[in-house]
Formats: sequence, structure tokens, C-alpha cells
Amino acid sequence: MEQRRDTFIDNASAALKNLKQAERRDIIASFAPQIRAAAIDSFEGFGDLRSHVKKIRQHSLDNLDYYLSQFEKEAVHNGNQVHFARDGEELNSVVLDICQQHDARRVAKGKSIVTEETGLNSFLQSAGLSVMETDVGEYIVQQAGEKPSHIVTPVLHKSADEIRELFQEKHDLGPRDLHNTSDLVVEACNVLREHFLQAEVGIIGANALIAENGYCMLVTNEGNGDLCANLPKVLIVCTTIDRVLPRAEDATAMSRLLARSATGQPQSCYTSFYSGPRREGELDGPLETHFVLLDNERSNTLASNYREILECIRCGACLNHCPIYTSVGGHAYDSVYPGPMGSVLTPLLTSLEQSHLLPNACTSCGLCEEVCPADIPLPDLLRDLRHDESTKKLSAPRWRYGLKLHSWLARHPSTYQALTAISIGILYRLGRKRGGFSKLPFGSGWTSQREFPAPQEGTFMKLYKAEIKQNNGR
Amino acid sequence: MNEQYHDHSHPAQRMRVSLFVTCLADLFRPSVAFASIKLLEQADCEVTVPLQQTCCGQPAYSSGDYDATVPLAQQVIGLLEAADYVVVPSGSCAGMICHHYPKILQGEWRDRALKLAAKTFELTAFLNDIAHIEPQHKKPSSTLSVTYHDSCAGLREMHIKEQPRQLLRQLCGIEVNELEKSEVCCGFGGTFCAKMPEISGKMVNDKLDNALATGAKVLTGGDLGCLLNIAGRAQRQGEEIEVRHIAELLSGDLDTPPIGEGP
Repeated sequence: MEQRRDTFIDNASAALKNLKQAERRDIIASFAPQIRAAAIDSFEGFGDLRSHVKKIRQHSLDNLDYYLSQFEKEAVHNGNQVHFARDGEELNSVVLDICQQHDARRVAKGKSIVTEETGLNSFLQSAGLSVMETDVGEYIVQQAGEKPSHIVTPVLHKSADEIRELFQEKHDLGPRDLHNTSDLVVEACNVLREHFLQAEVGIIGANALIAENGYCMLVTNEGNGDLCANLPKVLIVCTTIDRVLPRAEDATAMSRLLARSATGQPQSCYTSFYSGPRREGELDGPLETHFVLLDNERSNTLASNYREILECIRCGACLNHCPIYTSVGGHAYDSVYPGPMGSVLTPLLTSLEQSHLLPNACTSCGLCEEVCPADIPLPDLLRDLRHDESTKKLSAPRWRYGLKLHSWLARHPSTYQALTAISIGILYRLGRKRGGFSKLPFGSGWTSQREFPAPQEGTFMKLYKAEIKQNNGR
Repeated sequence: MNEQYHDHSHPAQRMRVSLFVTCLADLFRPSVAFASIKLLEQADCEVTVPLQQTCCGQPAYSSGDYDATVPLAQQVIGLLEAADYVVVPSGSCAGMICHHYPKILQGEWRDRALKLAAKTFELTAFLNDIAHIEPQHKKPSSTLSVTYHDSCAGLREMHIKEQPRQLLRQLCGIEVNELEKSEVCCGFGGTFCAKMPEISGKMVNDKLDNALATGAKVLTGGDLGCLLNIAGRAQRQGEEIEVRHIAELLSGDLDTPPIGEGP
């Protein structure tokens, strides 16, 4: 992943001031949980399926070496070429080599978060290739020169009006005004169709690699994955090593959780399985197919205390339900992976030094864990990352020492109670008239947003001990 | 009797309850702890308050300082484990004891943590599910319009949802006027609210808007952290909604000014 600087708080501040986008985020924060809840409430077996898939994912990761070898063997048997890439640079070079071997000039891409992770588009473009995103959302983001703000719905941050303005600027529309939202979709489809037909190489991602038959599974709602996979003469599937599952039925079990959790659909519009190149006598399909399987810190994560994050199925439910993600939007995270899953993954893929604020973007409210179809204890993983942050002394010293002091005092009850009785007494006298404080030394974080409520007269312990004394004296 | 313990009642066979006051109630809202004692006694419990208690360790724990948390967790276990039941007027401190102590402790301490967890309850869950508190007067009725804020830890770690509503109905004759998105965090999050104040401010504003939309006169809840946050925001915005802990409402203690308001 590209080098990054931890600018979360500044980005979030800017995002909160963009009221138009904030309004859109509020709508989505209401809408997305509703459609998910409706889909899951009407599907009785969700809980059981979740436990079932969790076991499979754990088993696959426990035996990742075995299933990856099996997948490789089967995929090669089907006529594919399988490449392993240690990091993003390696993946990008492998893909460029393949393109250059075929003298390709044009690449059509289906939605692939992994190639966003590796920065493949800019790499290929700097080598002179034209790369066209074909998922409508990704296409819009690409045309706008932006990055996706969500792992499932990349253009969540843009309104129809903004997209219309973008097309008016970038497309030769003639007299068409793209009045209706559906006009926008048709416009994008027409532009994209040409690219599908012209591209020499198609690149897609994969939601699962199936070890038993060497196939991969891809779910989309637009069918663009199928066009990328079948029209160009060369197909490259880019995904990560942790996507492997033992059997085809495991992949379909997962897809039933995925669509409901992501978009509230029982199944995505397209669930496609790709086996390999066109066989003799077949009329269509690519002539050559490649799998490029990226590690980029997954092996290290597998060996760490954070391995459960590898069970993520990329549904985006934790984003849609996280009150912090829905408050500030995906761009604030400055990572391909925003929201709770991203706040775990980004520090692991880059470094905690570059990303230690992200695990702090969490109130431990637990909603992400509750809705996660992979049952990942996201709040625990985020807290463990804050533990690493604290151990590595990356957090602000005033917090670290402040909390150490508090804990020390709390372990010395007599001192604690004497000191708190004095400070609370002072606060009470200063604040009793108004009931609260607008400003407090060392409390600007709190008072920048809210009053600091004044305490009642005396700590409980002081009052209670006085009561005991009085009773005993009686 | 242990000299550190103050006995509130004598008869045998009563449920022996240790109250864990919580640091926020100790420092900012003693009325919550006194109301809790009153309610527990009303439910025929023998209440003791271990006098050496301070804080459950959640601030350090949430910030990832596990080393500082472990001795505090051990201190709390040592203070409370002799009781038959431990009651906590806070979902998040109860969650800390029940779910997080066993995670950070090992060996014998973990076993002791699990034993303590099994007998530790959030106040409304204990009153409703274990002690089966009865109303003092027949058929209470109230015209007070009240909305309830589900704290995240109470809701998701301690499964507190129906209990406070049931108790408000049964003890006070109050039907909760539900606020929209009642299960979404208020933006408190311990140190989060001070580390990322702007985001927290947006979240608490949303919560306050939803509370005000109910038209309720009082907002109540089981966690002082959330209540201090929401009350502070209401006062900053000049909104007239009273914020009180559920223990105060249930015990009928409405003479003390609401959180953050002058006399």
C-alpha cells in the first residue's frame, strides 16, 4: 500500500464541515441498516449460516498453505497461470508484464479493491496503458479523479446532481440533459460498452478462490465483471491469498451472507464462477487467463493476534453501521479500507506508526461486531491495536501519562479518595450556580463540544463515610 | 462484619449485594449510588458498599494500557468476590467486570474473574430479573414524559433493553417514549469524546436531536458517561430536557437538580 500520513482527525474535521455530503451520509446511515435488517429478519437461518461460514473461514485460514496449493494445482490444471505476489509492487509488475507480452494498450477493469490497494491503475497508466474502470461507481470515481469512499459502493459520497455535472463536463452529451437518474446509468453504460469491446486485457477481483476446482467466484450487481472476464482476450484475476475456500459450496454459503449484509439482497444480481481460458470448440471467453494472488502482509497478519480480520468478507456492513464512518465518510480514513474493518486492516497493511489514529476512531459501541457476517470481534481488535499503540508509545504523551497517573491513583484508594474529595469539592463550589462549565483547564476536548456538568456536593465516598460515622455515633 | 462494610439491614436470608458505585457516580453523581442502595433495599437486599473501591479500570483498558488495567481488575475482584451478588449502576462498568476482566487476566485470576462475572449485574437487570422488585405503592401512574437512552455496553454486552422499561412501567407508571435510532452510540466512548471531539460532537448532537424529537421532558439511561455527554450537549445548545440516571427516576428521587443543571 502507498505510504500514508495519519491525517484522520483533520480529514474528519473537513468532512464534518461539508454539510451537503453530511446530509447524504445521514440518509445512508438510516437507509443501509434498514435494508440489511429487512433482509436478515426475513431469512431465518442467518445466525446458523454465520457460524457455519465462520468455521469454514477459520479452517481455511488454519490450512491456508494446503488450500492455496490445491487451488494452484487445480487452476493450472484448468489452463490458468497462477502468480504469487509478495507485495503491491510485485502484483503491479506481474500485471504489467502480462499486458506488455500481449502488446495491450487498453485495460478494462471490474471492481477490484485489491488493485486499489496496490495502486495498479496509476502504475499501468504511467507505463502508457489506458485503464478504464467499468463498475459504474468506480468509473465515476475515476472520472472525478477521486478514490472510492466505500468498499462496496465506491461513489456513496456523490449525489446524482454531482454525477450529472461530472458527465456534462467529461462526456460529449450533445443536446441530452441526463435529467433522470436512470439517464445517468444509461450514459455510463454506453460509454463503458465501447471500452469492453476495445480492451485487450480484462482485470477483475474475486470474492472467493475455490480450492477443490480451481475456480474463482465474483459477485457484482452490474454484470461488468462478466464483460471484463469474457470479452478481452486476456483475463487477469487479482485477489489476495486469504480469499481461498475449500469447496464451491463454501463460496456460495458465503455469498448468501455477503449480499444480505452488503445491500440487503438475497443474492447479488450476478454471481459468476470463472474456470479458465476458452477451451477447444468454445465460442467465447478469454484465450489466456492469469491469477495474481497478493500477500502484502496477509501472511504476517495470519501469524499475528489479528488473524481474525482475514475472515472479513468485504460486505461493508461495519461501515454502514459505524456511527463514526457515517459521520465522517470514507475519505477521512485515507485508505482503500475505511470504517471499522479498515481501521484494523490499514495499520496491519501499512504500519501502526502511519495509521495509529484509526484504531482510536472507535467508541467500542459494538455495533460493527453485532452486524459483521463474519463475526469478527472488531472492537477487541481495535482495542488491541490501541494496546500496541500504547506499548510503542505512539499515543499522545499527555494521554499516556494521564491514564497511568489515574490508574496509579485508583490503586491507592486512600490517596484517590482524599484527592477526589478535594477536587470535587472545588468543582462543586465553582459550578453549583450554573450547573456546569463552558471551559475547563485540561478539558478542552470535552468543552469544545459540550458543557462540563458540575458535580454534586461531595463525592459519594465522602458522603457515605460521613453517614456511617453518624450512624455509628448514634 | 467486616469493618470496611456498612450494613444497611440485618435479617438473614436476604440477598447479600455488594454495590460497585462506579467512579463517575462517586465523583459526579452520588445521588445515583444512594438511589441504587434505596432500590436494592426496597427489593429486600442486604447492601454493602466496599469502601476501598475506586474505578474499574476502563479508561486505561479502552486506551489499550492493559498493564495498568490488570492490577486494578485484581483490586476490584478482591473487593467484590465475597458477595453473593455484585450490582453496578452502569452497563459499561458491569460489562468491564463481566466481559473484559476475564480477557486480560490469566490463570487463577481469570478463574476468579469468571466467578465474579457470573454474579455481577447491571442495576436494572438485577432489580428486574433477579430481585424482582415490587412497587411500594399500588398502581403507580405518572404523566412524566420520559425517553430512554440505551447505552452501547449495557445493550450489547449486558443485554439491557427491556429491564429499565419494565421497571419504569412497574415502579413509576411511566411508558418510555422511544427515541429514533435508540441503539446508536451517543458519541461518549470514554476518552474518545476528548480525543476526537468534533466527531463526538456530531454524534451527541444527533442523539440529542432524536431525544428532543420525542417531546420528552426527561431523558434517562443507565450509564452516567452517556448522560453527562448528552446533558452537557443539551446545556450547550440551550435545550430544556432534563437528564437523569434511571436509578434516580426509579427511586423517586427527583429533588436533586438534573445532571448539569443549577439548583
